Amino acid sequence: MKCTYACNSAEHEVSRRQFLAGSASAALGAMGFSGMVTPAAAKQLEKSQKRVLLIWLAGGVSQLETWDPKPGTPTGGPFQAIPTSVPGVHISELLPHTAKQMHRMALIRGINTRENNHAKGAIIMHTGRPEDPRTNYPHLGSAMAKLLGPEDSPLPGYIHVTPRGAAGFNKKDAGFLGPKYASITLADGKPPENLLRPKELSVQSDLKRNQLREKLNRRFGQRRRTADTEIYTQSYEQALQLMARHRIFDNTHESPKYLDLYGRHDFGQHCLLARRMLEAGVTFVKVTHSNYDTHHENFNFHIEQMGEFDKTFATLLDDLADRGMLDSTLVIVMSEFGRTPRINQRFGRDHWGTAWSIALAGCGIKGGAVAGKTNAHGTAVVDRQVNGGHLFHTYFRALGLNSKRNYYINQQPIPMADPKAEAIEEILA
Amino acid sequence: MANPKSTRLVQTYKHTSPGIACRFDPTGNYLFVSSQDNAIQRWNLGDGKMVLFQGHKSWVRGIAFHPAAKTMYSGDYAGKILAWPIDAAKPQPAKIIDAHQGWVRAVAVSPDGSLLASAGNDHLVKLWSLPEGKLSREFAGHDCHVYNVCFHPDGKTLVSADHKGAVHAWDLASGKIVKSFDASVLAKYDTTFRATIGGIRSMTFNADGSLLACAGITGVTNAFAGIGNPIVLLFDYQSGKKIQSLVPSASFRGTAWGVEFHPEGFIIGVGGGQGGALWYWKANQNKAFHTVKLPNVARDLSLHRDGKRLAIPFYDNCARVYAMS
Repeated sequence: MKCTYACNSAEHEVSRRQFLAGSASAALGAMGFSGMVTPAAAKQLEKSQKRVLLIWLAGGVSQLETWDPKPGTPTGGPFQAIPTSVPGVHISELLPHTAKQMHRMALIRGINTRENNHAKGAIIMHTGRPEDPRTNYPHLGSAMAKLLGPEDSPLPGYIHVTPRGAAGFNKKDAGFLGPKYASITLADGKPPENLLRPKELSVQSDLKRNQLREKLNRRFGQRRRTADTEIYTQSYEQALQLMARHRIFDNTHESPKYLDLYGRHDFGQHCLLARRMLEAGVTFVKVTHSNYDTHHENFNFHIEQMGEFDKTFATLLDDLADRGMLDSTLVIVMSEFGRTPRINQRFGRDHWGTAWSIALAGCGIKGGAVAGKTNAHGTAVVDRQVNGGHLFHTYFRALGLNSKRNYYINQQPIPMADPKAEAIEEILA
Repeated sequence: MANPKSTRLVQTYKHTSPGIACRFDPTGNYLFVSSQDNAIQRWNLGDGKMVLFQGHKSWVRGIAFHPAAKTMYSGDYAGKILAWPIDAAKPQPAKIIDAHQGWVRAVAVSPDGSLLASAGNDHLVKLWSLPEGKLSREFAGHDCHVYNVCFHPDGKTLVSADHKGAVHAWDLASGKIVKSFDASVLAKYDTTFRATIGGIRSMTFNADGSLLACAGITGVTNAFAGIGNPIVLLFDYQSGKKIQSLVPSASFRGTAWGVEFHPEGFIIGVGGGQGGALWYWKANQNKAFHTVKLPNVARDLSLHRDGKRLAIPFYDNCARVYAMS
């Protein structure tokens, strides 16, 4: 389905204004509050701008070594469960710092996505639905960039910080919403390439160059305007504004205290970068931590990986709370699936989409809540089974969005979240 | 005389949980096997009866015996070392030592029985006085998890080995590192996985202390699935130089989980990964001169004091005893 959103249809113009719960900040935000409110009020509005931070534990983190431990059972592995700041809620001993944050978090322990394939599991968790060859559903990040992001945001709505790989513009993530809501990858946490104006190009020459480009674009757009030409034009404008805000991509402007608290390793620095970008107004930031695909030596690898994750994640929640951002930032920690309760012959665990967990915190989340339950050995969900559709409804609701509304693409209604599922009410604030 | 080429299965001890580690006790009457149910099984080699030692709250990889006191020391992944009377009809731990922050990965008793050494995930090697179990000394010098520890037969030196393949010999009197061995081929930082795979999974001296063997995995091409090759490095202890890399004679994917020097001069190793294998080497040849295909994934190795029997714990809940005759 090709997006022709330059059709200017009324349906297409459905945006955050119509989905936000109707708060004053939303109304002001929709009007474009800059210049209309006092600096203090603007700061408050910036803080209340809803945002999402997705921490993607690539490869499939083990629920048994994180959110749903089963110590002393044949599937439990060698680790113990430890108490948390919420009486009665226990998580893996690998997460001692995170355990102290449980009053800010909710756990969903009853996920059954019935999918053990990396790519297909990732699609379910990013789009809230199994892969559908007929419809290219947008990633959560693209959906949020559209529904929560200011119309005139100077920053990309969806930024993905990866520990490696190539930087780039990921049009596919936006699906039928069109390239305006695509994600931008910051490989290795490095800022977009060529962010600064080359020294040999003077300010005056750069200005003239851009004026000529804008003139030609306007002429071309009068006759051949499409979603692609629009995003082409927009990307130039966004690039200019990004250049003016290049400092947000540079952690060296942070105090050594924060650099240390987050951890000097890649994941720590990427989470600090994420916080900087969220604070600067990016709507959706995804940080990937790699890798949890532990078919071999699951327990040794989880010691290493959780050792990085734990303190950084706890610091991140503290930092967001201290800055007054946690109430407006939904934090999601998830993977494409969990790992098998069965421990294989290489001390590993394999892919497992049948009974696993994720964690949420922040905006709209009831701190300390736990939804869903698995059996004693963690092999099946025995209470409150949910899938990707339920998760999507929950994210939308937590962010104050009506998850039962439709997108309208070429005048065709497409539900924002799977209409067969509902939000997990018991973890919503 | 042992005859490796006549190696045959003589006994199978079946439990209800996958095996992790095993040791024959110094009297040669029992085989002790730790398993994923946090228990240690004591199998009587005479009548085949089994008694469970229950008290650990996590898995046990380190098992060592006092040479005379009929005491077993077992180190677990909850950071504890338990001391047990090995003959007890209903065994209870006689002592519990809160040994390390994180896993205890290995324990060893000094030749004279006065000291217990332990290696842990807190990057430390610790010495405990026996029988009191009091901390005597800490050795800090590793920068990652310490995977193994053993005493030199002269009783004056302790050797420890870690996740990244650093092997240090510590002088017990001064507490200083007196020499180091490079076993870094047994570790690899996987840039895709963004973690280190490997470590010294088994380590032992020959009887006169002239040779040190370190076992593990090398040549890892896929850290996700543990695709690599088992290897045992032989070091000349005096010079600290590697003198041999012992490898299977045929392709095998997995880890060398156990190594023993036989008193008659050959070296024995076991591996597990995609299947299991038992290898016999001579110190002057890098390829195994004899291989026994095992029925399942092997996880450790213990040589009986008679020099004719081997015990191996397996993933399939069994421990098997093989005779080299």
